[in-house]
Amino acid sequence: MSEQKKTPTRPLPRTDELDTQAFWQATKTKEFKYQQCSSCGTVVWYPRAHCTGCTSGKLEWKTASGRATVYSYSVVRQSYHPFFRNLVPYAVAWIDLEEGPRILSNVVGVDDPLNDVSIGQAVELEWEEHEELCIPLFRPV
Amino acid sequence: MTQSRDAAIVGIHEYPDRDVEGEVSPLQIKASSAAKALEDAGLSWSDVDAIYDAGEGGGMAGLNISEYFGLKPTVINTTGVGGSSYEYHAAQAKRDIAAGKAKVALLTYGSTAHSNAFAIGVGARGGASMHPADNMDSFAGQTLVSNYAMVAHRHMHQYGTTSEQLAEISIATRMHAMRNPEAVRAMEDLEFLDIRETTIEDVVNSRMIADPLHLLECCMISDGGGAVVIASPEVARDCARKPVWILGTGEATKYPENGGDLTVSAAAQSAPIAFGEAGVSAAEMDIAMIYDSFSITVLTILEDLGFCKKGEGGDWVTGGRLRYDRPSDGPALNTDGGGLSSNHPGMRGIFLLIEAARQLRGESTSQVEGAKLAVAHGNGGMLGSRHTAGTIILGGD
Repeated sequence: MSEQKKTPTRPLPRTDELDTQAFWQATKTKEFKYQQCSSCGTVVWYPRAHCTGCTSGKLEWKTASGRATVYSYSVVRQSYHPFFRNLVPYAVAWIDLEEGPRILSNVVGVDDPLNDVSIGQAVELEWEEHEELCIPLFRPV
Repeated sequence: MTQSRDAAIVGIHEYPDRDVEGEVSPLQIKASSAAKALEDAGLSWSDVDAIYDAGEGGGMAGLNISEYFGLKPTVINTTGVGGSSYEYHAAQAKRDIAAGKAKVALLTYGSTAHSNAFAIGVGARGGASMHPADNMDSFAGQTLVSNYAMVAHRHMHQYGTTSEQLAEISIATRMHAMRNPEAVRAMEDLEFLDIRETTIEDVVNSRMIADPLHLLECCMISDGGGAVVIASPEVARDCARKPVWILGTGEATKYPENGGDLTVSAAAQSAPIAFGEAGVSAAEMDIAMIYDSFSITVLTILEDLGFCKKGEGGDWVTGGRLRYDRPSDGPALNTDGGGLSSNHPGMRGIFLLIEAARQLRGESTSQVEGAKLAVAHGNGGMLGSRHTAGTIILGGD
């Protein structure tokens, strides 16, 4: 056993979950993939194998532009998670992608999340690199 | 419209201790509460033919709890939808009794969340599970409090709601808690500082946990549990206590949707079903028992239940409208002290039924004179993402 203390890391998604593995696979090349039904046009998020809008649907993978807005957010002041406890205060947000999907992420790249994040704010995708995949985060434009 | 009186709450018990110091198990809390609720009704174990349990004990929970109680029920229901499970159980018990499949239904809850030091509100939400939704969300470090806080922020943004308005929820429930000896003891046992009635200033000056929610807008984490006995009209007639009738029920779900409105909860879907079945409106309610995990939960649900229009909740609660001693202004809110100041072991739904029944029996420590109608609304899961709603309309005999 190593005496070295392991640095706490962000909890990473599993890459063997069958509905979402194609999404995470594409993050390796920094592509944000989402699904749209070629029959009824429904934008499906989170990723899955069936269309929620119609029963005959075929889902197609599309690539998002990365342009988005903050739908709502909260600045976390207290967390017991070994990684996030050192990150406070940080902004958790519901982000609306231009193409429709609403995703949970963080707004990063601000000096002071208490004052520099707002609802309706224009943000853009930025990737945090990890060994197996990249994590989609958002930064004010 | 004729009100259906298919089933009634005939026995209740709230487990009195909020800190069992690891010396009592959740199952023991369930059994002790069940026995006392049956005693309250004037019934015994052998009268029970239907068991309702949230299934938190695992896959065979329905069988295991039957054996533990020593019962052979012919209806077993382990619907587990978080804190609203007990409203679902009451709704399903009413249907099972009306269908002639059961006569005496037993609902129990027991939890040692405090003793186990579950960091429910600010704890680790990491380590993705194999559910695809979790696998997309868990990297962001969202705590439970911040999940609800995002609803509050959006409500403030859309409608101009303020922290001072949200604080009205906290101070009304604390006022009721101070009148309830079990709630005061709970706050002492859980080492609350400066236990007293609070002001709006106290709430908005308390520590921020996740913007815009302050410490005094967040529920406690306690041990606890309870039991409810629901019976057919024939059984209810001979019980020891006045029956409290289940007049209407509604169930619904909500989850994130592209373009959805975060300020609307699943209550907007469950409430019209429940009020419609009962043939009454929100304005007629004497009592509102609403799952107060956080201040914003109550504000959102008050609107969705129809006490006021969407977005007007902040103005509507201002000025102490929800206090038990202002019955002409609106319903008395969470007269036991709520999850904010009396009892929150993780899934509070059963206490909503228990205190509503106390009010309609005339036994609350913050009794509304002549209370005839109550709504109990449970919210399970997380208000700011995916949750369930169970609305129960109750009427006195």
